[in-house]
Amino acid sequence: MTNPTPISLTVNGESVSAQVLPRLNLADFLREHLGLTGTHVGCEHGVCGACTVRVNGDIVRACLLLAVQAEDASVETIEGLSDSGEISDLQAAFQNRNALQCGYCTPGMLMAAQDILTHEPQADREQIREHLSGNYCRCTGYHAIVDAVEATARARSGQAR
Amino acid sequence: MKASAFSYTRASSVTDALDLLALHGDQAKVLSGGQSLMPALNLRLSAPALLVDIGAISELRGISESNGVLKIGALTRHVDILRSPDIAKHAPLLTEAIAYVAHPAIRNKGTIGGSLAHADPASELPACTIGLDAIIVVRGRNGERRIQAADFFTGIYETVLSPEELLVAVEMPVAKSNSAHFFHEYARRKGDYAIVGLAASGILEGDVFADLRLGFFAVGDRPLLAAASKHLTGKPVTASMLADAQAALDAELDPQEDQQASAGMRRYLARQLMARCVATLLGRPELDARPRA
Ligand SMILES: Cc1cc2nc3c(=O)[nH]c(=O)nc-3n(C[C@H](O)[C@H](O)[C@H](O)COP(=O)(O)OP(=O)(O)OC[C@H]3O[C@@H](n4cnc5c(N)ncnc54)[C@H](O)[C@@H]3O)c2cc1C
Ligand code: FES
Ligand code: FES
Repeated sequence: MTNPTPISLTVNGESVSAQVLPRLNLADFLREHLGLTGTHVGCEHGVCGACTVRVNGDIVRACLLLAVQAEDASVETIEGLSDSGEISDLQAAFQNRNALQCGYCTPGMLMAAQDILTHEPQADREQIREHLSGNYCRCTGYHAIVDAVEATARARSGQAR
Repeated sequence: MKASAFSYTRASSVTDALDLLALHGDQAKVLSGGQSLMPALNLRLSAPALLVDIGAISELRGISESNGVLKIGALTRHVDILRSPDIAKHAPLLTEAIAYVAHPAIRNKGTIGGSLAHADPASELPACTIGLDAIIVVRGRNGERRIQAADFFTGIYETVLSPEELLVAVEMPVAKSNSAHFFHEYARRKGDYAIVGLAASGILEGDVFADLRLGFFAVGDRPLLAAASKHLTGKPVTASMLADAQAALDAELDPQEDQQASAGMRRYLARQLMARCVATLLGRPELDARPRA
């Protein structure tokens, strides 16, 4: 069965069916089969976080999940979060605080940031840093990213400065 | 890099998985959370012909307590451990340690069975199972084996598991009212593998350790249950008893040198961790006085 295997799943709310090789990872499936190139691929072994997506509500590394494992799953990518408006305030904060330069890390950062904003809306800077510790940024030095996430946390809980 | 080609099959039950493993022998690899296996495949450090995905086997899930024993199914994810009130109550060492394992996105997939079977000597959970005197439950086609955690790990990425067996659960005695635990690791960055770490549990009778289990990690080719703890039990700990214990620990260690730390640095950090653990558990900060230069 190194042959193409049928899979069906939901991606950003739409049903998708495809034939994939077992070795194809979810990041490459999203990028190459579906043209969703917002999910970036950096290290391909789990350390950089550029490929972070949501599967059944949990953030995961798309480079460490096989497309065949995503059978029946609900996958959400940066395109989905962007188009739905779910993170428009967070994206604006990234822009305002200069939290991105080349943008390579940004989709994964936004995924991880939205995850902590959802699960721990009162998170402080230290908790934000820790939550983002698995996402590499080679440009910003992280400070501005933490600023942007913190500003969004404050704004969402109605305590904007 | 991309993984080389392999076949993939999803096992429907433990029996089904064991049949597949028996049929394919060491050509097959078990796929659990994939957070160690997938990097190895992508880097082509491993190229199995078949992946047997155990992720859908519901009998391998779940956390339960009965008759003083806490049982954790192999497929329990790191995030499940982090959030479980049963684990916080009965094995608080695990709740504390799991926050040091990798990062949120990895903890959402990685499993306890995968971590123990993978047996990275710098990994937190193997040392915890040793510190907690856990039993690792393994199933093969001929039945079940119950292995003391301290006997399970045999080398770097090596355990007593055969390629035809499945790790199904971990069991450990629940924490007692006079149990105490300590966890700390030195790492360059939160979430990284440790440079040196210690997962310890003890039984305190007044100000005396009735029992003390020290599970060191990243100090050799496998997690170490330090025999040196015998210098610290049975009577109130003195500075000289601690010094004897540290010297005995030093003799037990066989640390590797790598880009993170020299062997000497690891020895030093392990001795420091022992002092910090004893001082913390006994509430006696003076025992952790740093050596004067
Ligand atoms: C960037 C990054 C950072 C990490 N940092 C840490 C860290 O700081 N500390 C740490 O401990 N870990 C760390 N990990 C590893 C992580 O904890 C893994 O989840 C864990 O080591 C393996 O669990 P898994 O379920 O993903 O196993 P898999 O990757 O699926 O499997 C690992 C190995 O175990 C075998 N296996 C899995 N389950 C079973 C079973 N039930 N029976 C028999 N064999 C089995 C597989 O065949 C494979 O050989 C990190 C991983 C990444 C990618
Ligand atoms: S590409 Fe997946 S973590 Fe780097
Ligand atoms: S903005 Fe360039 S890597 Fe983060």
